[in-house]
Amino acid sequence: MIDDFGYARTRRTLSSTAKLLSVLNLDGPLLVGLGLLALYGLAILYSASGQSLDTVLRTLVRIALGTAAMLALTHASPNLLRRLSPWIYVIGIALLLVVELTGVIGKGAQRWLNLGIVRFQPSEVMKLAVPMLAAWYLHDRPLPPDWRAMLMLAVIIFLPAGLVAMQPDLGTAALIAASGALLALMAGLSLRIVIVLVLLAVGGAFAGWHFLHDYQRERVLTFLNPQTDPLGAGYHIIQSQIALGSGGLFGKGWMHGSQAQLQFLPERSTDFIFAVVGEEFGLIGLILLLALYLFIVARALWLAMQTNDTYSRLLGLCIALTFFVYVFINAGMVSGLLPVVGVPLPLVSYGGTSVVTLLAGFGILMGLYSHRKLVGS
Amino acid sequence: MVDSRVRIKDHWNEQRIFSQRTLGALVVVAVLVLVLIGRLVFLQVMRHDYYTELSQGNRVRLDPIPASRGLIFDRNGKVMADNEPAYQLELVREQVPDLNDTLNRLTALGLIDRDEVEDTRRIILSRRTFDSVPVRLRLTDEEIGAFAVHRYQFPGVDLATRQTRHYPLGQLAVHALGYVSAISVQDLEHIDRVTYAGTTLIGKLGVESAYERPLHGKNGYREILVNAQGRSVQREGAFAAELHSQAPIAGDDLVLSIDVATQQAAEDALGDHRGAVVAIDPANGDVLALVSKPGFDPAAFARGLSRSEYAALSDDIDKPLFNRALRGTYPSGSTIKPVIALAGLTYHVVDPSRQEFCAGVFHLPGSSRLFREGKGGKHGWVDLEHAIARSCDVYFYGLAATIGAEHIADFMAPFGYGALTGIDISGEKPGLLPSPEWKRKAFKRPEDQIWFPGETVNFGVGQGYLLVTPLQLAHVASVLAERGKSFQPRLVTGVRDIEGHLKAIAPVQLPAIDNVSDAAWDLVLRGMMGATTYGTAAAISKGASYLIAGKTGTAQVFSVGQNEKYVEKNVAERLRDHAWFIAFAPADAPRIAIAVLVENGGFGASAAAPIARRVMDAYLLHQSTAPAANVAVPESQASD
Repeated sequence: MIDDFGYARTRRTLSSTAKLLSVLNLDGPLLVGLGLLALYGLAILYSASGQSLDTVLRTLVRIALGTAAMLALTHASPNLLRRLSPWIYVIGIALLLVVELTGVIGKGAQRWLNLGIVRFQPSEVMKLAVPMLAAWYLHDRPLPPDWRAMLMLAVIIFLPAGLVAMQPDLGTAALIAASGALLALMAGLSLRIVIVLVLLAVGGAFAGWHFLHDYQRERVLTFLNPQTDPLGAGYHIIQSQIALGSGGLFGKGWMHGSQAQLQFLPERSTDFIFAVVGEEFGLIGLILLLALYLFIVARALWLAMQTNDTYSRLLGLCIALTFFVYVFINAGMVSGLLPVVGVPLPLVSYGGTSVVTLLAGFGILMGLYSHRKLVGS
Repeated sequence: MVDSRVRIKDHWNEQRIFSQRTLGALVVVAVLVLVLIGRLVFLQVMRHDYYTELSQGNRVRLDPIPASRGLIFDRNGKVMADNEPAYQLELVREQVPDLNDTLNRLTALGLIDRDEVEDTRRIILSRRTFDSVPVRLRLTDEEIGAFAVHRYQFPGVDLATRQTRHYPLGQLAVHALGYVSAISVQDLEHIDRVTYAGTTLIGKLGVESAYERPLHGKNGYREILVNAQGRSVQREGAFAAELHSQAPIAGDDLVLSIDVATQQAAEDALGDHRGAVVAIDPANGDVLALVSKPGFDPAAFARGLSRSEYAALSDDIDKPLFNRALRGTYPSGSTIKPVIALAGLTYHVVDPSRQEFCAGVFHLPGSSRLFREGKGGKHGWVDLEHAIARSCDVYFYGLAATIGAEHIADFMAPFGYGALTGIDISGEKPGLLPSPEWKRKAFKRPEDQIWFPGETVNFGVGQGYLLVTPLQLAHVASVLAERGKSFQPRLVTGVRDIEGHLKAIAPVQLPAIDNVSDAAWDLVLRGMMGATTYGTAAAISKGASYLIAGKTGTAQVFSVGQNEKYVEKNVAERLRDHAWFIAFAPADAPRIAIAVLVENGGFGASAAAPIARRVMDAYLLHQSTAPAANVAVPESQASD
């Protein structure tokens, strides 16, 4: 029967695909989610870059690099990763110091390390290195961590975060700190301590006002009231809200967003690409995008929960949640919920090392999952 | 089991913590996503209209399209003002391969002044790279040709046109037409900037200014798509459908009462004299000719005057910018005599048949002062008619003294003395009609407020405080011609919209002078006809096929001592008397009333009267020579 034959073939294909994924230590659903997101992202990027095929090709190269890193890292066992964690962290700190000393000036801040062919941001590495070291440190210790462990975690987190903040790259510093903090939370940090820390952070923010650079203060101030400087610092926020608002429910259509196409929207293909989605595909397009992100985060959390050693779980949960934090900070910034900080929209924004680090992170996560010890009952 | 001091890993507890925290994290993630979606719904659904409008405003700019200014025609449909394209050279920096080289080569072609290259370069560099910057205004035909030949060598440089005002008759009637020039800072204070967006020229004087509103029309606009830098972007399809445009509505055409042939005759007749001629159709107040000399070239203003050109005009001792017809105030001289005669007859203080003896000097009873005959000489026995015709001062000295200053002023006021005629262009001066009452109000010191009997005597021959404009005297002549019927002088008789509907403007009738008897009119008009047949201006009727009624006048520029005699050739040219002549013709059925003033012309009879004759000839005898084909839509066809 033809039907039976087709069914059998489909089943064979599925099972052979599953076998291939299993050999490669990959997770099917997560891979599909990431793939769909990358495709959606490329379509948007083509429009947002003003139909620049060049931009799309460069991004494809980065995705290929990230995929390679992901495929490689899935084969690293949790034990190997754990043992390497301190070294990665030390190397990362060393690179940060090098940047601090000899860094190339990029956009008025020292963030890049020129490796001849590629320019490379050591701070990106710290986004993974910090939770890795923190997980390594907590792996042998009882949870929830006691106050000594907490102190150690604070050092692990704030040493690189401080260095990055000095570059000065407040956005990345905050993200590094956030990934460490998320790990501590997942490790069972007492909620009372969390509340105290939040209060301290608010107090510190007021105190830290003095240490902010002028442009950073300006960003905060214009976030609070964008209309005060419509052509200056408030321009980004106003234009991105116009783009979103004018997009409406269904959007103006692919490559028909006037805010983006006529360049009223600044940084349209990088930090503000979320607004391009909103303008051209409307609320529907944004909800679709958010649903993809939510699916990836949920799947990543599920994978992390399936692992059964402390290091894997902490690192896995941290990778999943950090990914969400990026999405939320970028979307919140573009829609005017949060101040303008230079955080790209994961896997969609053009440029930077973030595509590679993000995919590498998911590679690690899938590796942790596939190397889990199947604990018998 | 478990030592409380030495903590070891409790896998079951850890499992519980992870599960709880992960669940908590999921809840937080869900809440944050909902907050985000809530924000997006607010922006994209609830405030969609608001942001759509902002986005529209972002990308659409209005590019105004100026309306073409209404044309001006004379009464026979002859074009007096129209529009023509002016060419200018414009440069777009981003399309020019090498700016310095291009400017140097344009200079070599003589298209840019060597001294202005630096300024031009600075202006270009100060503008956006995609702006089209004028580098040279008002190209001559030769320059257009020179550039056209080399055009291919100048990528990014091109000719651009704009509409400018053109006066095909040159300086003709410039003081009636006025002129247009660039909108000034002062103009901006009283015009609507939105209405004038895109307009470069505005009426400054005369008809061009008074009828600015209908002439201007309504500017249109074109929506153009711009990007964030303000650069106009052309994109087929994507956004084009949303762009609107509005065509401009050209300004209304004006039909003037001016008759170009008569105007030309008046300007020719006045020649190089300083002075003014105003001719009016007494039946309706239509101004047939309005001349003030010297004039100026209105095209220069539309083109733009340099500072030195303007200084040359405004500092000229002959004051070419000064509209003598409306704003020049002069003593009326003897042109007042017909009106004084009418006053005497109306107040019944004169017996027209009674003869007075003129011995050349008038003695005011109770005064030692002598009032001399202006020209010297004596007239012997004269009655009223002859006193007008031969302009006997002594007769009118006595008549004025008999009537009294108060009565004279009261009688003269309805003729328009001392008041604006109400002509439909601005800038008119009222002149001055003196009276004892006026003197009491005008002067501060009590001794100056007294009206002396001698002032009444001088009043009788149009000297003293009395001041009139040529326009006023033309109006007086038309009132005399119509035996008291009075119309407000006007230059515009109709406004024609772009569809060709002519809206005729009805003549404005002023209160008629109805207290004068027919006999009095007959007598005085006979005196005026006498002036042009056997009297002071007898020479001008020579060969005329129609009857002329007129009156000469001589306005003193400076006073001659009472025992001296005014000898024309001894007086410097600019101190000579002004010559006046007022007239209307044909005297039996008047169709034209006229006032001629020749500054420092000497005697009215010799200087001013021949000019009036030429104007009347032009209007009365050659009127039919106006090309019939050009005739404007007759007023009778006007629908509304």
